[in-house]
Amino acid sequence: MSALDPAVPATHGRAYWALADCWNIVRRGLTHYQRQPVNIAWQLGFPILSVLLYGYVFGSAMQVPGGGDYRDFLMPGMFVMTMAFGFINTATVVVYDSTKGVIDRFRSMPMASSSVVAGRGVTDLIVACAELAILVLTALAMGWRPDGGWGFLAAFGLLLWLRFALIWLGVWLGLLVPNPEAAGGLFAVAFPLTMISSIFVAPQLMPDWLGWVAAWNPISSTAAATRELFGTPVGGGDSWVEQHALLMAGVWPVVLTAVFLPVAVRRFQRLSR
Amino acid sequence: MDNDDGCAVRAEGLEKRYGDKRALDGFDLTVREGTVHGLLGPNGAGKTTAVRILSTLIRLDGGRAAVAGIDVARRPREVRARIGLTGQYAAVDEVLTGRQNLEMFGRLFHLGARRARARAAELLERFGLTDAADKGVGDYSGGMRRRLDLAASMILAPAVLFLDEPTTGLDPRSRGEVWEAVRALVADGTTVLLTTQYLEEADRLASRITVIDQGRAIADDTPDGLKNLVGGDRIEVVVAERSEIPRVAKVVARVADGEPESDDTELRVHAPVTDRVAALTDVARTLQDEGVRVEDIGLRRPSLDDVFLRLTGHRTEKKEAAA
Repeated sequence: MSALDPAVPATHGRAYWALADCWNIVRRGLTHYQRQPVNIAWQLGFPILSVLLYGYVFGSAMQVPGGGDYRDFLMPGMFVMTMAFGFINTATVVVYDSTKGVIDRFRSMPMASSSVVAGRGVTDLIVACAELAILVLTALAMGWRPDGGWGFLAAFGLLLWLRFALIWLGVWLGLLVPNPEAAGGLFAVAFPLTMISSIFVAPQLMPDWLGWVAAWNPISSTAAATRELFGTPVGGGDSWVEQHALLMAGVWPVVLTAVFLPVAVRRFQRLSR
Repeated sequence: MDNDDGCAVRAEGLEKRYGDKRALDGFDLTVREGTVHGLLGPNGAGKTTAVRILSTLIRLDGGRAAVAGIDVARRPREVRARIGLTGQYAAVDEVLTGRQNLEMFGRLFHLGARRARARAAELLERFGLTDAADKGVGDYSGGMRRRLDLAASMILAPAVLFLDEPTTGLDPRSRGEVWEAVRALVADGTTVLLTTQYLEEADRLASRITVIDQGRAIADDTPDGLKNLVGGDRIEVVVAERSEIPRVAKVVARVADGEPESDDTELRVHAPVTDRVAALTDVARTLQDEGVRVEDIGLRRPSLDDVFLRLTGHRTEKKEAAA
């Protein structure tokens, strides 16, 4: 074996290596998808199936308060749901890496340990972009016709903003649950939480108390805001939070990040205890 | 405690508490450069905790430790540039190929893309993984995975390599492969701290062994030194009839260093001896002359299990390798 200089090459500063380490973790995450492309299909299967079920099976029975096309109501909901379920993917990868010892190996190396989490986040955002692109094509194929332009881009900005906030929830849960099998159970929790929202059904059509909960569900704001930005503002309600969907679609992710980023970081640091 | 005194690892009075439990309770360890040092103890004795502290994965609650002359608590990042770690779990990425794994770890060790690629190819060759290099690690056998894990620990040719139960769960053939790889690394000058609950493994690989029990080092010696602690080699005679035991004991006592012990159920008489061959021939001839019916006669080196029993009063809880 040729002897390599055991010292870390010092030709670059700490910030350079933190970014380089982060990029290498991103590369790893993307290579996973390259080697297992079926994973993207799994992640998109549920939203697409949901759209088919709700759009075609229940579609005719679905009402949109104030009139309007149910498809215009449904498609943004599908985008939001995909972003919302994303935290399960984050958690699944993190729990796998932490229980199998991959994170320990990273932590025993002279790399920036923050890049383990940061790289995960960047990977998830890149994957989210790919998912949204595929879903938009699916929606267009089903006859969805949004307004183009800046509103369209702003809507995707808000969707990714929600996904960004949920990365920290995913990291925190991934470090919290004891094994990969338990991470699978997260879906059972996430499913009802996404249903009690304005994703599939307008909150006004629910019983009062449930409608109130659904309206205040953070993902409802993103759904309502994106409907507005796509130029199809159907099914909006009268409550304050529904009237200020654009504002709240910006605020909720800040709140989620403020809550889950610190606990995720603390949990990560607790690995050294 | 940064210094360079020929010690690859030096730990003094390490303490680690989890709630009320003391995982390490004043643990001392000195590992000479260029050696394989065994850390031997049953499950829960503190082996893994010690390795995790020395490899900077967890913080210590008390005491001091230096690896490659560098304080682990104060300069962990510099320690990390000089160590390799192979844990109980093969901490490689199961989805990536072997080559992709090593290239990724090489880049994360800041080798740069080109050197990382070259180093990966070199290590794959060295650990006999070239043929499987572009297969997903998920399809590797246990032994191949462990070798890849070792290769990943060797990317920077570390000064100190921590091997935490490297052969737990491996079949005998894979175990031999891993042992072979470890010997080759040491020949290149790497110091290895090996934790194991396999007595045979420590005996085969380590030139010095620290026995750990309840978070403390209870012995530190060469494998032979530890065996001498329980009285060196023993002569052992198994007789056919229980009534022969007293007569055999008398014969054995003539050549033995100590009082012969007998085991009535196993029909065994044994005693420590120094001049092994002379004692064996003497006893065998005498017993034959006296017409004693002997089932078996031989010399037995004490096992490390005997050592453990002597040191702690209890046996190691040997766990069978989980498949």
